[in-house]
Amino acid sequence: MHDTSAHAVHQHAAPTSFIRKYVFSLDHKVIGKQYYGLALLAVLTGMVLSWLMRLHLGWTDLKIPGLHLLSASGAPGDVMTPEYYLQLMTMHGTIMVFFVLTTAPFAAFGNYFLPIQVGAEDMPFPRFNMMSFWVTFTAFLVLISSFFFGDGPTLAGWTQYAPLSAVGAVAGPGQGTGEVLWASSIAIFCVGQLLGSLNFITTTLDMRTKGMSLWRLPLTAWGWFITSVMGLTAFAVLMPACILLILDHVAGTSFFVASNLVLNDQLQPHSGGSTLLWQHLFWFFGHPEVYIAIVPGMGVVSHILVANMRRPMLSHRVIVYSMGALAVLSYMVYGHHMFVSGMNPFSSLVFSFPTLVITIPSTILVLIWIGSLYGSKLRINTASLFALGFISMFISGGVSGFFLAQPSIDIMLHATYFVVGHFHLVMAVAAIFGIFAGTYFWYPKVTGRMMNETLGKIHFWLTFVGAYCIFMPFHYLGIAGNVRRYQAFVDDYLVRLIPLHRFITVAALCTGAVQLIFLYNLFYSRFRGEEAPLNPWQATSLEWSTPSSPPPFDNFGGRHVVVYHDPYQYGIEGSTDDYVMQDSPAQIQSVRDEK
Amino acid sequence: MATTVDKPVDLEQRDDYLRRTAHSGNGGGRDLVPADGSLRAVQDHSPAASTGIWVGLTAISMTFAALTSALVVRKGASTDWQHFTLPSVLYLDTCILLGSSVTLELSRRYFARSLAGLRAGLADSARWLYLTLLMGVVFVSGQYVAWLQLRHQGLYLSTNPSSSFFYVLTAAHALHVLGGLGGLVLVTYRLSRSRLRRSTLDIASRYWHFMDVLWIYLFLLLWFKM
Repeated sequence: MHDTSAHAVHQHAAPTSFIRKYVFSLDHKVIGKQYYGLALLAVLTGMVLSWLMRLHLGWTDLKIPGLHLLSASGAPGDVMTPEYYLQLMTMHGTIMVFFVLTTAPFAAFGNYFLPIQVGAEDMPFPRFNMMSFWVTFTAFLVLISSFFFGDGPTLAGWTQYAPLSAVGAVAGPGQGTGEVLWASSIAIFCVGQLLGSLNFITTTLDMRTKGMSLWRLPLTAWGWFITSVMGLTAFAVLMPACILLILDHVAGTSFFVASNLVLNDQLQPHSGGSTLLWQHLFWFFGHPEVYIAIVPGMGVVSHILVANMRRPMLSHRVIVYSMGALAVLSYMVYGHHMFVSGMNPFSSLVFSFPTLVITIPSTILVLIWIGSLYGSKLRINTASLFALGFISMFISGGVSGFFLAQPSIDIMLHATYFVVGHFHLVMAVAAIFGIFAGTYFWYPKVTGRMMNETLGKIHFWLTFVGAYCIFMPFHYLGIAGNVRRYQAFVDDYLVRLIPLHRFITVAALCTGAVQLIFLYNLFYSRFRGEEAPLNPWQATSLEWSTPSSPPPFDNFGGRHVVVYHDPYQYGIEGSTDDYVMQDSPAQIQSVRDEK
Repeated sequence: MATTVDKPVDLEQRDDYLRRTAHSGNGGGRDLVPADGSLRAVQDHSPAASTGIWVGLTAISMTFAALTSALVVRKGASTDWQHFTLPSVLYLDTCILLGSSVTLELSRRYFARSLAGLRAGLADSARWLYLTLLMGVVFVSGQYVAWLQLRHQGLYLSTNPSSSFFYVLTAAHALHVLGGLGGLVLVTYRLSRSRLRRSTLDIASRYWHFMDVLWIYLFLLLWFKM
């Protein structure tokens, strides 16, 4: 009996060779770690790029030693050219949005923990899963390669608005080869994420173990599931858009370039394409992408807070419904990125309304988090601190969204640093705090060792203060009229803002340096950290029911997990501990939402 | 909040569950792939792959929906849209693809009969499957002929937005059909080695029929817009 069940359960046997075990692995846990490694590599690259940009913004003629090695034409004499600033900015945005904010909270954590949390041995399509990572990694290499081909990467910004992105080399450095490499990289990335989403959705729907009904899924699993539905539908739209963009470059088509366009005294050989078409296709993907970055963080943060509050959220179900509502509404609001594109004022109103409506589920989430925290005896550790930090960043960044959602105010604030401050706080920094929270929380399970708590808390407080020092002044800059994507400030009203820019630069450099503490903690603890108990946080979900840390190849050591309880049974009266694991057969008075 | 009593699962039931399925999945709601090795002897159905194909088809639908909206916007935004007559071979091609769906269904029926113990069913199933494969290849070749006919009219990929969309849509569909052909080759191989599971054939058919429906949609779209 045991042998036959093992035969069917392990669709692939535990590999022994180095290549199959660590490189082309089919194991979702290894793939999750690979994604995390890729995100780490990407975030370091993106952060260094932001340092270079910030240095240039603070001191425009500053020589940055060695910069000419990256690009002789982009930084002659180690001083950045205006075009090269834009190229670095484009790469910073692209790398961070696609290869950090999408890969770490969704693909990395989700791959590692979703199958375990639903009680499965692996995802249903392990080969697709392996391909998903390697395709994504290839996309990263293609993107980075644009630094070294021709005149460098594209300068059109991560949103790649046409016609700048579509007319070719005549538009500036990087708009030829660099642009094609960008579009190819993102199209390849979309394939990787589609394969990943396919696995996430089927894992959640079909790989749940006995007793694991949908409402018994932890909030993390819900977050990843909802994100994967968004990923499936959003990346499937971005991919053909990128292919059309590539065709405009290499095949001479005219999807996105208007007719009679003259650039550098040259009439462009295109007939009447629609420049707005790109914006429609891009933002139909682009706005759900914002939620692809943040919803997994919402799940992670809820999961961590519950374990540290020792009681469930005020309503498990309302959190799930709110995350679902965010996903549905995210497709209806994309036009708010295009208020100033010349759209009909009535259309602006149509997009403004759901944009304001989407603040309702966001607010509900925040209220549930705060309401649940109120009066709880929260265990303060690095993971819970970062979870609180996530909520703080989400509120601070979200509040500015109310202003931008209204077309009349957005006309003034559009394309200023106000927008940059808004999305950095609400999407980027909040999501990064979610990643940090998840890392500190799950590290003991992934490595079998604890991270250093003292270093973790120092890391949290310095990062928390640093992030606010960087991004709160952005709002002030925006209100003062500082347009984004300027590489130097020469107008009178902008010159007066340079000291603030310098403050931000110093804050960015310091906050970046603080991340060395995290890196040290991450690698040092792997080898020298205190050995972790199986369930260091006394948490209840299935990842803490594995027989070892890290979990064995089949996750549960041949045991068939059966789930008996809702995910967050904390504060249970009459129990020997104050919690009951999901797979504990104990009969208990459980805490549950009203039906 | 209300409190309720969670009853543990009956252990006897649980053992029975393990005996029947030996697999994790679906909250215990359905029987999954059995572990006794004789896969073809039972009416198996693989929920993950079955769900997976719908998920995949959703993604494909989104891609073509995006291309459709691009076509509609692009056509509406410009005055340079050049109308042209669709290559006549497309009508024949449409019939061939529709026919291939019929032959695949016949193959599936004979395969079901073979599972019921009728030995002859297997050979008939293979025969219809080979015919489906052939028709699939003819369809893709027909698309190539359509492109040649268009070239003959002087309409290339970059000639006009209408021809651009024609090539992009038909090529994207043909690529997906080629993927389906790959799947059918796998099905044929497994059938010849008596290793084919019913669920694999079901999933391959679902994809193939979807390609059929997608083509009808694209054909009508092109017919109205070109």
